[in-house]
Amino acid sequence: MQRVFPFFVEAALVTIEITMLALILGLVVAALAAAAKMSKSAILQAIGTLYVSLFRGTPCLIQLFVLYFGGPQVGINLDPFAAGVIGLGLNIGAYMAESIRGALIAVDRGQTEAARTIGFSRFQTLRKVVMPQAARLMIRPLGVNTIALLKGSALVSTISVVELTYTAQRFIGSTYKPFEIFGVAALLYMIIVYAIASAVDFLDKRFAIV
Amino acid sequence: MSLRQPMVEVRGARKSFGAVEVLKGIDLSVERGQIVAIIGPSGSGKSTLLRSINHLENLNGGEVWLDGLQVNQPLRGQAFERHINKVRQQMGMVFQHFNLFPHLTVIQNITMGPVILRGMAKAEARGLARGLLSKVGLADKIDTYPSRLSGGQKQRVAIARALAMQPKVMLFDEATSALDPERVDEVNAVMKQLAAEHMTMLIVTHEMRFAGEVADRVLFMDGGVVVEEGPPGDMFRAPQKERTRSFLKKYLSA
Repeated sequence: MQRVFPFFVEAALVTIEITMLALILGLVVAALAAAAKMSKSAILQAIGTLYVSLFRGTPCLIQLFVLYFGGPQVGINLDPFAAGVIGLGLNIGAYMAESIRGALIAVDRGQTEAARTIGFSRFQTLRKVVMPQAARLMIRPLGVNTIALLKGSALVSTISVVELTYTAQRFIGSTYKPFEIFGVAALLYMIIVYAIASAVDFLDKRFAIV
Repeated sequence: MSLRQPMVEVRGARKSFGAVEVLKGIDLSVERGQIVAIIGPSGSGKSTLLRSINHLENLNGGEVWLDGLQVNQPLRGQAFERHINKVRQQMGMVFQHFNLFPHLTVIQNITMGPVILRGMAKAEARGLARGLLSKVGLADKIDTYPSRLSGGQKQRVAIARALAMQPKVMLFDEATSALDPERVDEVNAVMKQLAAEHMTMLIVTHEMRFAGEVADRVLFMDGGVVVEEGPPGDMFRAPQKERTRSFLKKYLSA
């Protein structure tokens, strides 16, 4: 076990890396999708809705397979890591879009009305009044999404990204100790989840409206 | 700009929500410095009328004018957006539920409009806000967040926030309806002070006593029409219409 542990730490770092990159991609896509769904344009609304229902309505594993195995057929050749980041990012983006939209909707209508009666434009109202309040409301749901993303990142082991789950599977053959091996992998996931949850708690307290 | 020109004028205002017509052709004219109280039962359309003056409700028919400028101009898209943002800067509105910005301190709530929309220097805006807060009796709450204030204090900050834009008219939409009875007077006192300073005001209220004290004219609305209007003394003492009588009886005997 001591002999394989350094490989696990390295693999855990890959898991963290892929999660963080997918998180960044997911947030960008989610912000765009939420904006599209809340826009006045029917076409943008349709695009936003299609994206969200497509990626929430199908298994993440299938999405990864379509991208990684199906991609080359339509000229998209991605290495496993890139396919993993893009696949996970697009998947979590659909969930995060709803978290962002939910937070924006949760800001009381009266806030918008008050800002508009002072004379603020739609954009100024969003930027100065609605967003600062919605941002606080987003912290927890986006934290939940991030934890789901981290755990979901185990799926990229199936497209041969050498991360935590893949590494664990690789050592089963040489150690014949699946209980210990997968137990250690689970423990490492738990530690990362705990770290994310603590960060979310911190942010939630830090930005709470007093 | 002639002095005869009304500060606020509404002509033939019509508004429907779905199949329900809540304003059935309202005419209203408010002179400079005049105070008009709008009373009536729930669902009479009085709040909708007030909100449509600020274009929070888009009328289906009729016109709203502010000091010679049409509020609901037939512009579209960005052109209308630019127009209405300018017009709204000249009207202050106070809501039943205060709608202070909870993520900003009291003084930030007040300075935000002048700084961003008028390009006022921060120091100058703070000076202005301090003055307004003293006026509403909350000079000691400058750096407090709204959640730490009582309802009456919140509403007084909301009034100060609206005044910071130096509006031509103040619209009060049931400003004291959400307050504890003991807190109502402190808000009414501020409104009376504004009245003494000849601020033009439209006040939607359920408080007949206050309306009688402060208003030059009272408008009684029911079912989307103005049933009766006149000086509060005449209206409360000798209402002409049966509908007004029965409504007032409930309130004035209480």
